[in-house]
Amino acid sequence: MSFRVFKENGVVVVEVDGQLIVGNRQELKQKVLDELEAGERKFLIDFAKTGYIDSSGLGVLVSLSKKIREQGGELRLANLNEDLRTLFELTKLDTLFTIADSRDEAMATLA
Amino acid sequence: MYRVTEQDGREGAAHFVVELPSEVRWIEPVVDYVLGRAEAFAYAGPRLTLNLRVGIIEALANAIICGNAEDPRKRVRLEVTIDAQRVELEVSDEGPGFSPDQLPDPTAPENLGRPCGRGVYLLRRLMDEVRYNERGNAVRMVLYREAALPVR
Repeated sequence: MSFRVFKENGVVVVEVDGQLIVGNRQELKQKVLDELEAGERKFLIDFAKTGYIDSSGLGVLVSLSKKIREQGGELRLANLNEDLRTLFELTKLDTLFTIADSRDEAMATLA
Repeated sequence: MYRVTEQDGREGAAHFVVELPSEVRWIEPVVDYVLGRAEAFAYAGPRLTLNLRVGIIEALANAIICGNAEDPRKRVRLEVTIDAQRVELEVSDEGPGFSPDQLPDPTAPENLGRPCGRGVYLLRRLMDEVRYNERGNAVRMVLYREAALPVR
């Protein structure tokens, strides 16, 4: 599992490759917080290559969303597979996040 | 390292115990191992990749983090029985236990923004049977091959 962070059209894009779980969630959190501290305000987390997110991973996303909002920033999630969508719906976190079907769709809402 | 011990089981079933140290890095390999054993019984699709995975990962994380407070001297025990109809799991730790019925509902509007408290809720939504022992340091779960009701 790994995270790839890069900037595209003024948006910090984070690709999560593998699983976002209790064992690696702090790494994702720190990477995003570093960018936030550096002044970035638009974030997109792309789950196209993510197999699973556990409750700790969901918790980190909730926490990041709050911190980004507090700094006047925006966060979008994209490319959730069927299992991940079910997790977001069961936990009602689909009502807390803006979730796009594709990266392009998410980028368009951050423009 | 985690350790797997095969147990005597009924005919046509796999019965084994996995013991692991209380370190979160062992969760992923143990989950992959058990999912692999279930695949050998032709479990597939979301019942395998979502329901069973959630059951194991959340129960192990609770046992390691909340139960054993990540003390590597303490062990977590996972007992598994798999047959053609169902997967039975029992996860136990060496901690003092907790009261699973007193947890707040993480989907209530006032709790949606909280970073914690979704593990036991997900277990209960995605496994078919979930029962804690009286002390609250062991949970027994059952997942049937076929879903009685859709999860959504």
